[in-house]
Amino acid sequence: MHPMADNGLLESVLRLVEKVDGGTDSQDVAADLGVDHQVIVGAVKSLQALGEVISAEQKSSKHWELTGEGREIAEQGSHEARVFNAIPDEGLPQNQLMKMPSGKVGFSKAMSNKWIRLDKAHEGGPRVFKTVEAIEDTVRDKLQLVQKGQSAKLEDKEKNELKKRKLLSEVTVKSYWITKGSSFSTTITKQETELTPEMIASGSWKEKKFKPYNFEAMGVAPDCGHLHPLMKVRTQFRQIFLEMGFTEMPTNNFIESSFWNFDSLFQPQQHPARDQHDTFFISDPALAHEFPQDYLERVKKVHSEGGYGSQGKSDTHTHTHTHTLTLTHTLTHTLTASFTAKFTPVKYFSIDRVFRNETLDATHLAEFHQIEGVVADYGLTLGNLMGILHQFFTKLGITKLRFKPAYNPYTEPSMEVFSYHEGLKKWVEVGNSGVFRPEMLLPMGLPEGVSVIAWGLSLERYVDTHI
Amino acid sequence: MPTVSVKRDLLFEALGQKYTDEEFDELCFEFGLELDEITSEKEILIREQGGEKAEGASDVVLYKIDVPANRYDLLCLEGLVRGLQVFKEKLEAPRYKRVSPADGGEPQRLVITEETASVRPHAVAAVLRNITFTQERYESFIELQEKLHQNICRKRTLVAIGTHDLDTISGPFTYTAKPPGEIRFKPLSQSREYTAAELMSLYKTDSHLRHYLHIIENEPLYPVIYDSNGIVLSMPPIINGDHSKISLNTKNIFIECTATDLTKAKITLDMVVTMFSEYCDEPFTVEEAEVVYPDGRLSVYPELAYRTETLSGDFINKRVGINESAESIAQLLTRMCLRSEVSGEGDLIQVEIPPTRADVIHACDIMEDAAIAYGFNNIVRSTPRTYTVANQLPVNKLTELLRQDLAAAGFTEALTFALCSEEDIADKLRKNITETRAVHISNPKTADFQVARTSLLPGLLKTIAANRKMPLPLKLFEISDVVLKDETKDVGARNNRRLCAVYYNKSPGFEVIHGLLDRVMQLLDVKPGRNQGYHIQAAEDSTFFPGRCAEIFSCGKSIGHLGVLHPDVISRFELTMPCSAIDIDIEPFL
Repeated sequence: MHPMADNGLLESVLRLVEKVDGGTDSQDVAADLGVDHQVIVGAVKSLQALGEVISAEQKSSKHWELTGEGREIAEQGSHEARVFNAIPDEGLPQNQLMKMPSGKVGFSKAMSNKWIRLDKAHEGGPRVFKTVEAIEDTVRDKLQLVQKGQSAKLEDKEKNELKKRKLLSEVTVKSYWITKGSSFSTTITKQETELTPEMIASGSWKEKKFKPYNFEAMGVAPDCGHLHPLMKVRTQFRQIFLEMGFTEMPTNNFIESSFWNFDSLFQPQQHPARDQHDTFFISDPALAHEFPQDYLERVKKVHSEGGYGSQGKSDTHTHTHTHTLTLTHTLTHTLTASFTAKFTPVKYFSIDRVFRNETLDATHLAEFHQIEGVVADYGLTLGNLMGILHQFFTKLGITKLRFKPAYNPYTEPSMEVFSYHEGLKKWVEVGNSGVFRPEMLLPMGLPEGVSVIAWGLSLERYVDTHI
Repeated sequence: MPTVSVKRDLLFEALGQKYTDEEFDELCFEFGLELDEITSEKEILIREQGGEKAEGASDVVLYKIDVPANRYDLLCLEGLVRGLQVFKEKLEAPRYKRVSPADGGEPQRLVITEETASVRPHAVAAVLRNITFTQERYESFIELQEKLHQNICRKRTLVAIGTHDLDTISGPFTYTAKPPGEIRFKPLSQSREYTAAELMSLYKTDSHLRHYLHIIENEPLYPVIYDSNGIVLSMPPIINGDHSKISLNTKNIFIECTATDLTKAKITLDMVVTMFSEYCDEPFTVEEAEVVYPDGRLSVYPELAYRTETLSGDFINKRVGINESAESIAQLLTRMCLRSEVSGEGDLIQVEIPPTRADVIHACDIMEDAAIAYGFNNIVRSTPRTYTVANQLPVNKLTELLRQDLAAAGFTEALTFALCSEEDIADKLRKNITETRAVHISNPKTADFQVARTSLLPGLLKTIAANRKMPLPLKLFEISDVVLKDETKDVGARNNRRLCAVYYNKSPGFEVIHGLLDRVMQLLDVKPGRNQGYHIQAAEDSTFFPGRCAEIFSCGKSIGHLGVLHPDVISRFELTMPCSAIDIDIEPFL
């Protein structure tokens, strides 16, 4: 963090910059203004924040600086000079000299400079005497030159020697080369952070300078709720069906009787789907009532003896009418309800939960969402089913379709729908479809000649569909 | 969907042509099969048991082919090849023929005694004469029985197949039922005799057979078949006797199928004999066997019944959406093993359904086969002209509108399961299970699905518990169905569309949830007020903190509650912060 500079200092800097063409170094500015260089660095940063007032380019330079000991010497003289000056003409006992702060170093240096001599045999102990009248303290002189910023006058050898004595050090200084900016001015205008109602009212915004935004930063997350991704896809599928003229079926009856769920779908009594393992059965409430008796009898007959052109399946029919918790095939119930009156062509869809008695793991859900579409009209063909599937999937952005013969107990023909996955570079199954078996339709009271085509797919498969 | 595993090279040899994987996949797709996986025994072992066990295993390429659940005639290499060869018009569908024993001999006879009535009353039988096995054919024969057992035989509950070396036994055979202690024989792959009772405990640990024990385990009498010398052929549906086991060298095979479903027994027998009579000296002939019922009735099997259906070319064209001549349709059907010819009257086509095609029970099944032979993907795709006006289900329309606005009000939509544990809707909400009016499931696999939910609240609280690391406040909602018992409905229960929202933060935020109620009512155009409007009034509800719960009334009718949740409810859902919630029925606003 750089110390913030006051406006007075900033303006002084600007005035200096104004005087020079081609710019100036922040170190020179510091020297001119007689302040520490770090203060000027802070001032440069503050000026930069004002916009295009100045432009400053960082540079680095090396220079020589006195160490703490070096500064002491520049002030008080070198150790050897101090030792020399401390010795009176009649000499000084060596032990006394050694007690001086500069004694030890100064003694040996002064000795090697031959400024002093030691009389070891002097009576009363060894004594030190001057050998010359006066001395020249070149170390101090050199250091004072560096202190004045004139280190260039010294030879490299001299500087390195002083560095070895830890009196000088070479330091790298980061400074700025300051030039005038595109909106250079010697007066400081405070930058506003944001536009305020007062500025708008008074018009003062016209005179203000605004602090620039940092466009690299992320915005603040909006304070809002979200729809569930799977439910968003459901909405999209509903929309597609509605656009295609399909009416939504009432599927909000999770509890169905086995009759509607299995028997009316022409599922053999021993069909795997009737297994205890796959279906949730209800224990409370236990029994259903109020079946349309005549319809029930017709269905029973088709299962066991055939009829409506069918060989039947020779089922030994043992109805228990247990409730089963499922949604998969409530469309029969709806279809039947809508066909009891005079038949009119219909298009139905539903998107709702279906249930499967599974243990949960990463790839198995006991509940998922099934999407179903049904068209009932006179003379519908397999080609019609493919055509409407093509339209449906085109609305999802899936255009490459092909169909594989398949088996469902309640539709014939049955087709699995495959689409070409551009990412996986292969055909993947996207749904199942078929034409309802007449054995299923005729007991409902549908007129001959009416075909019902239908398809189903799983909503969960489309959860990463881009909305 | 059953998967049939065949050796690729063997398959191509039988097809008389080599395919690339892609070409064969394409052929399967067209025919309604799916080449599910290309693998080898070695690969399967490596995947299932690790590299060490796979040492020395075969790396012959295997094709795993998914077959439609109703096509029992495609469950072995022989059937697949026959179906595909006829489809590609390289072969004419064979005619299966039941024949009497050569040299005017007596047919084999299986006598059913009345004791079988209580456990497994039906049986059918047939003989394959002068068959030639190879290792591959033998394996395929065993494998087909297994596939049939798993599919049409419904894991042997409906039908069980036994095959025997006829030269080791002598008829007539007796199918009877006896107490387990009285049945004693040496079963397949065992070195000594066991009683039936001992076998049942022996097979308790058998990874394969233990799945079938339950079928007869608790019956007083077990089914058993003897030959005229008292040798046990089999104890269906569990195991055959060792004495009559077939081998690579077996020439004559006695096949019996015992059943609880006679139709399926006949189909099963037809499948076994039609598939493997190919390897008899006189191919596609099957020697008849007589079955005598306890009442003295005598039936001759296998039925190998051919049936003729007549339908018009116009019917096929109109249902499929194509325009082909009757002759060309007859040709298409013949390629599907349904030998067909134009009868000469108009465009009527006589279609013969062979015994291998038990799946064909209606004209629509024939129509489908014509479409498959024509090629589903060659049919012109056309849009139906059905004119209709779309309608939304009112309760879903209302839900869609409210969802958008609840999200706009800052709440995030959750999607939770409609099934949950009893504890979730009762104990955890401080309610008694009997007062919840919940629908109970009799056969849940896990405790997570004991009941249909009666409230959306547990699901939302579980969602919060799973998202405790998210920054506070957590604001969630769900509009979905709960299920309540309702005597007035034919199934005794009904769905109810509810709106539930929770606010979870360091302070309860009753005012936030209350504000959400106000917003919802504003959207529903119900104004605050006592009579025609909505209001809330203090109420007691065990789920909520005393004095912090209100009942919501709209137009004088109670529609739900809002309030601060009881601290016990919060901790039972493993939460630590105060939480307020609203739970209302939206159906009154339809």
